[in-house]
Amino acid sequence: MYSNAYIFRYAGLMVILVATILSSAAMLLKPLQERNEAIDKMQSILSASGIQNVTADNAIELFNDYVVNMIVIDDNGNVINEFKGAGKENSEAFKINLKEQLYNKSVNRSFKLPLYVLEKDGETINIIPLRGVGLWGPVWGNIALKSDFNTVVGVTFGHKSETPGLGAEIESPVFKEQFPGKKIFNDEGEFVSIGVIKGGVEKFPAEVQRHNVDAVSGGTITSNGVNDMLKNVLESYVPYIQKRG
Amino acid sequence: MSTDKQEREPLFSTKNRKLLTNPLNIDNPITVQVLGICSALAVTAKIKPAFVMALSVIVVTTLANLIISVLRNGIPPRIRIIVQLVVIASLVILVDQVLKAFVYDVSKQLSVFVGLIITNCIIMGRLEAFAMGNKPWPSILDGIGNGLGYGVILIVVGFVRELFGSGTIWGFQVIPEAFYELGYKNNGFMILPPMALIIVGIIIWIQRSRNPELIEEK
Repeated sequence: MYSNAYIFRYAGLMVILVATILSSAAMLLKPLQERNEAIDKMQSILSASGIQNVTADNAIELFNDYVVNMIVIDDNGNVINEFKGAGKENSEAFKINLKEQLYNKSVNRSFKLPLYVLEKDGETINIIPLRGVGLWGPVWGNIALKSDFNTVVGVTFGHKSETPGLGAEIESPVFKEQFPGKKIFNDEGEFVSIGVIKGGVEKFPAEVQRHNVDAVSGGTITSNGVNDMLKNVLESYVPYIQKRG
Repeated sequence: MSTDKQEREPLFSTKNRKLLTNPLNIDNPITVQVLGICSALAVTAKIKPAFVMALSVIVVTTLANLIISVLRNGIPPRIRIIVQLVVIASLVILVDQVLKAFVYDVSKQLSVFVGLIITNCIIMGRLEAFAMGNKPWPSILDGIGNGLGYGVILIVVGFVRELFGSGTIWGFQVIPEAFYELGYKNNGFMILPPMALIIVGIIIWIQRSRNPELIEEK
């Protein structure tokens, strides 16, 4: 039989060994992982504005080509930081932790949000990054708006752990293709966001169709998460949009 | 020295081959041992995640079996389950970190499933039932065999569900547009988890009825 002392020694040694292996692996691989995450974010931003063929290799270059301004706004809609030079992946707007800022918003603290301005074929496109919660974990994305800050150009969505075939379908082209052309303000200029609703959008009157898309079947909670995410994030930009006139 | 010779057996002796092939058939972890059902339901709506999950499970069962088998004589029995869990969890975290650093796309696809591997009963089942009492080489074969047996079922279920649920295979459209114009519709029920259970049930039924060894006496 093994003595208690042996068991303690064994467990202690095992824990130290495993902790060393795992933490050194995490530290060694961190720069590579962070680079991948930044590239993924750029690809998502570019693809929301309809720029095709962005690969991991040319993402940084294309991002710096297309993006003309990286803006940081505060909760009153004032611009507090702009960045127009090269190396936009190091700008303050790119590095803002959206999760933190949205948490600040939810507890009524002051917060700041990023806004990316692109120029594509002579048109200005404004990209707003999104973040919310799905069924199993966070969902996120980017929404691209025309220069009027009203009409949607395109969207991208991502998620950490939604169910494949169900909630994960928010990433599918079928879901995303519904967004271009939708409006986030109504005719009176009031903010209405874009809703994700069940039961077939085409059955509703035109006024409803302008502000809503079909939910993913079998992915109700994820769809509701996308709905809430759009509303929560977009409404934070309303003061800024209204100040611009 | 002659005893030493008797103990040494060829790498792929009949016994060792059986370790590889039995889990594919009469000792299948899903259809016979009924282990790992949770993940079989969760990841089989599409073939691609099912395939990547199968591959990851093969890697983890094989390595975990090897490590536990090497350590088996030093592991105190009273904390053996903890040791097994630590080995599995560390391997899974390592796999996840490496995927994130070198193949970010695949890691995004896998996301939740990597974590799910830790909870897969097959892995701990094999460690406890096999690797704790056998030499490293048979343990490796047992790990590969069980991973394969699990993977085959996952891919079959994923194939059926993706074909009838989405009309695609590996993301490519295979049911022609003309069918849809004639009124064919994808079966939405196929992409819901209960259908995976029904398909696994059908596979078990076919396997049992064709295989006399598996028919239980009344």
